[in-house]
Amino acid sequence: MSILVNKDTRVIVQGFTGSQATLHSEQAIEYGTNIVGGITPGKGGQTHLGQPVFDTMEEAKKVVNPNASLIFVPAPFCKDSILEAAESGIELIICITEGVPTLDMLDVKKRVDELGITLIGPNCPGVITPGEAKLGIMPASIHMPGSIGIISRSGTLTYEAVKQTTDLGLGQSSCVGIGGDPIPGSSFIDILKLFEKDDQTKAIVMVGEIGGTAEEDAAEYIKNNISKPVISYIAGQTAPAGKRMGHAGAIIAGGKGTAADKILKLKECGVHIADNLVEIGAKVAEVLNK
Amino acid sequence: MNLHEFQGKALFAEYDLPVSNGKVIYDAEDALKACRDIGGSKWVVKAQVHAGGRGKSGGVQLVDTPDDAIEFAKKWLGKRLVTYQTDSKGQLVNSILIEECTDIDKELYLSAVIDRDSKRVVFIGSSEGGVNIEEVAKNTPEKIIYEPIDPLSGAQGFQARKIAKVLKLDSTQTKQFTPMLKNFMKLFVEKDLSLLEINPLVITSGGNLHCLDAKINIDANAIYRQPQIADMHDPSQEDPREAEAAKNDLSYVSLDGNIGCMVNGAGLAMGTMDTIKYFGGNPANFLDVGGTATQERVSKAFKIILDDPEVKVVLVNIFGGIVRCDLIAEGVIAAIEEVGVEIPVVVRLEGNNADLGSEILSQAGIKIESINNLGDAAKKAVELAK
Repeated sequence: MSILVNKDTRVIVQGFTGSQATLHSEQAIEYGTNIVGGITPGKGGQTHLGQPVFDTMEEAKKVVNPNASLIFVPAPFCKDSILEAAESGIELIICITEGVPTLDMLDVKKRVDELGITLIGPNCPGVITPGEAKLGIMPASIHMPGSIGIISRSGTLTYEAVKQTTDLGLGQSSCVGIGGDPIPGSSFIDILKLFEKDDQTKAIVMVGEIGGTAEEDAAEYIKNNISKPVISYIAGQTAPAGKRMGHAGAIIAGGKGTAADKILKLKECGVHIADNLVEIGAKVAEVLNK
Repeated sequence: MNLHEFQGKALFAEYDLPVSNGKVIYDAEDALKACRDIGGSKWVVKAQVHAGGRGKSGGVQLVDTPDDAIEFAKKWLGKRLVTYQTDSKGQLVNSILIEECTDIDKELYLSAVIDRDSKRVVFIGSSEGGVNIEEVAKNTPEKIIYEPIDPLSGAQGFQARKIAKVLKLDSTQTKQFTPMLKNFMKLFVEKDLSLLEINPLVITSGGNLHCLDAKINIDANAIYRQPQIADMHDPSQEDPREAEAAKNDLSYVSLDGNIGCMVNGAGLAMGTMDTIKYFGGNPANFLDVGGTATQERVSKAFKIILDDPEVKVVLVNIFGGIVRCDLIAEGVIAAIEEVGVEIPVVVRLEGNNADLGSEILSQAGIKIESINNLGDAAKKAVELAK
């Protein structure tokens, strides 16, 4: 078992023939991911990396019947691409691209929620189920199949957590980068739910960072709904408050959002805290050996 | 990206939102003409900087004669204004807004931000304007309304009426406020704002609603489709090193420690700063060199970090994802030679081909400490910075 993706997931790549998409699709195919085709408007009918290219998702859906999409199109076109996938009945959409305007995401998030579709990202490393499928830009070599579920708002921080759990021989069930944007397609809570139901996952690592209240909300959810041990690290403990303009952001956060607030709330809700980035793996091992 | 008050007010005027008649000047000599053009016998002169709290710091003044306006302009143009929202160096004043004087009966507060929870644009209103609104929110939360508005349907009349109740507007003012709220929302969506704040929104002695201030922040991700806004960019309001970094697509924030940091990924960059602090050191900066740490980017990053005279040692922490660590190592060596780095550099490489990368670094014959364990690398940097 695993969450979101496995070796049977039929993947379509949007923006397939671009340089980033090509690089990462090649690596995904090499990893064993079942990429069934791609979309680049204007290049329909061509073959790329041995797979068919389509002009529209509608055509792709008829011919190769994908159930997941991986998006690499430039930020100005992400809203279009996500909605195209969503309206075509793709069940899982993973958007890697960074720099998507926030107001675009408000519209997109509303529509994917109405349709009951899972969106991961944007601005994220993607999702990997080690040994089965890699839908993203993470380095394959640091992963190994195992029992730890990993969720993170940050790309390279996810890799740190992965590497440390691999070095200790624990491995990962699945790793999900939800992205660092203000309006992410999926929240920590959405992914925690999936890991709770997954038999392969024995413990969950949740890597958070300052800003917003996603970690606080997750803490409350964990207290009431998650039976598996959760280990968390929060980045940005030493980040300065920074220059700011106006008060509205501070009011809306209601004084929440600092690393100290998040850590306090997580501890109160029974989450195990790794005080430092370099101790995530050790903390997982300690919790599992109790 | 932040706008100046006068730029925000120009946008307000474009959306039929009531603002004072005013002129912006860049030269003290132009103050006389500006006062005459505006007319009247009293003016408000306001230093234009990207920070709040200007009034309390002497950056806003009421003047009775054009001479006083000239005096004010001479005093502030080219100087730096320090407020409780700036750092100790303050912000450069390179323009002054001169406005007709508004007689105020009451000060209110209105703002809008994107709310992560409701996934809407939320308008925040209070009858207590002009003061420290954060205190109001903390001590008397019942005086504040939060009204989420769906960008797809826009602001509705009932939402304006709900906010008007909390602002304690009378029926005439409520009728004025309804189109105002719709226009504020339209402005927010059409110009890709991330923050809109009017503090204070006032009721004039004539009983009319009027925007006395304008704070606007635009979503950086959307600048590409806002050419009018992009033209309003004022780089003088930014830290020069941060601006230089931004030009090169590097994300840099200067801090007050002495350990320069170069990291790929914002989360890992913050994590690296935390690790340095954890082992007793102080980071000199936050720097995200981005996903592909090429020689060119690494060179630019070194130049920006070394421009800070406080930096005693540089810690490079790269988690090589797709890019191979041996290529990064070669890039780091070439960058160090190109830039002529003379202080110690600690490099931690992890990920693809990390061992080969370390080997290349250790054989380079230059002053690089190659340490693969992040904890050990941070400890070494802290030790070298002492």
